[in-house]
Amino acid sequence: MSSSPLSIRGLTKGFEVGTVNEKIALDHLDLEVPAGQFVTVLGSNGSGKSTLFNLILGKLFPDAGQILLGGEDITRQKDYKRALNMSCLYQNPLRGTAPNMTLEENLALAYTRKASRSFFAVNRADSAYFRDLLAQLDMGLEDRMKTKMGLLSGGQRQAASLLMATVAQPSLLLLDEHTAALDPGAAEKVMEVTEQIVARDRITTLMITHDMDYALRVGERTIMLDAGHLVLDLTGEERRAMTSGALAELFYSKSQRRRAI
Amino acid sequence: MVYYSMLISALSQGMLYAPMALGVFVTFRILKTPDLTVDGSFVFGMTACAAVTIAGHPVLALFAGAAAGALAGLCTALLQTKLRIEPILAGILVAAGLYTVNYAVLGGQSNLYLQYETVNSAGASVMEASPTIYKNFSALFTGLDSLYFDTNAQVLVLTLGIVALLTAGLGVFFFTRPGMAIRATGDNEEMVRSSSINADLTRTAGVMLANALVALSGALLCQQQRYADLNCGSSMLVMGLASVIIGQVLFGDRGIVGSLLGAVGGSLLYRVVIQAAYKIEMPSYAVKLLSTVIVVCALAVPLLRQRRGAGQKGGAAV
Repeated sequence: MSSSPLSIRGLTKGFEVGTVNEKIALDHLDLEVPAGQFVTVLGSNGSGKSTLFNLILGKLFPDAGQILLGGEDITRQKDYKRALNMSCLYQNPLRGTAPNMTLEENLALAYTRKASRSFFAVNRADSAYFRDLLAQLDMGLEDRMKTKMGLLSGGQRQAASLLMATVAQPSLLLLDEHTAALDPGAAEKVMEVTEQIVARDRITTLMITHDMDYALRVGERTIMLDAGHLVLDLTGEERRAMTSGALAELFYSKSQRRRAI
Repeated sequence: MVYYSMLISALSQGMLYAPMALGVFVTFRILKTPDLTVDGSFVFGMTACAAVTIAGHPVLALFAGAAAGALAGLCTALLQTKLRIEPILAGILVAAGLYTVNYAVLGGQSNLYLQYETVNSAGASVMEASPTIYKNFSALFTGLDSLYFDTNAQVLVLTLGIVALLTAGLGVFFFTRPGMAIRATGDNEEMVRSSSINADLTRTAGVMLANALVALSGALLCQQQRYADLNCGSSMLVMGLASVIIGQVLFGDRGIVGSLLGAVGGSLLYRVVIQAAYKIEMPSYAVKLLSTVIVVCALAVPLLRQRRGAGQKGGAAV
């Protein structure tokens, strides 16, 4: 529906290039994600996952290479401009919300991207839509639309952030360990809702996780980054046959192999 | 009767400074960014207003004053967003630069009376007071000699009308999409950017709005006191802050509209306190120290409440 393919071509980013602290975070990375695909991303600390996300989001700009979303070259586009079609959810639920504004106002602001013009940001038609979306979460949030965001619990806030990220039906959704800071129950709930929304809107999605279980169970493709390279790409039968134990072993061997070089 | 006229005088002053309190509220409380442009933009509003008033357009002069403030705010915002200069320093730089600009607007002198040269019936050249909104308003009541409706009361009524319009306008504005984006910019700028809104733009709009309000205060004061003076701007920020904080302490956290009313109420109360201080024959030069003490006390109240365990989260962060 609202998805479009993501193409990453020869993407390279180095930090402090030419000094003793030189660090190549991404090294000629190529990645094609077809429209609507849900990809889980593995990688040890420093493997380049966050740099990849920051480059896609426009918080950093690459030294070389291209990023295309739906065929459009967005490599040098400003972050707030490309945010029209993409959203990112972080580990910290505080990061994506305005704590002193109500849940309803937060949603309305996130919806500004696609909302029809109206004088007041919060209006009856949009509120009914938000209430409907919140009710689908089944967390009782639809009755707390006038509550300040800062007063919600971490799990509630992250679920609300997820709605904010998807309310404008982005073509690309980036999830950066978005359940890692939540208690197991809340994490499970948020993950469940994530899968529902992504499936419903067929959003092209990249999800960083350190949980081998989620990496295989959620989505339809698993990739692993190490030292700025793509070292593993599992889909289909191969992925179904993989166990989280075997994946964990693969994870350590792959990252060690790279480190030894 | 003495007390009545003193009270009216204090309230009329408080009302004249109310737009400034609203401006300070916008930067300190909504954008949550300290803006020190205030001392400069207040005088800029005053001088721009003086120039246009003398040219014979008292109403246009108020708009000119507000526009001058918005321009000052634009400079500060550009320093903040384009050159990434610290907000506090950006404000100080613009305020310092404005001193020269204000001097130039007053024609190279440090004060200017609102009067123009004309020829009287005898053919002699004389200085005539320029029409101001207050002079025109008072003209409506000529013949009505009431002790209770003196000049100060007239100033109070007219300014109250203007402030009421401003407060209502702001109250509505902050619930529109642009207004809400400005509020969110102060709350979580990253969230605004990730909602595909240019946060530099919303920040700029907020700082311009705030300084336009501050400058409008300068413009109103200029027409009321019938002169513009370069020194009128000193310690304006402290006064504005005092009003905002007094309002907050008295009215508590009651949303945007409550806080706007709180800032206006704070401005009125502040002037009443200062007036009372004069009444006990405190020398006029003591006012600034008194202002500082009021601000510090008002800032300390939320913390003291918290210590007693009665308060909620959030202390006296400005």
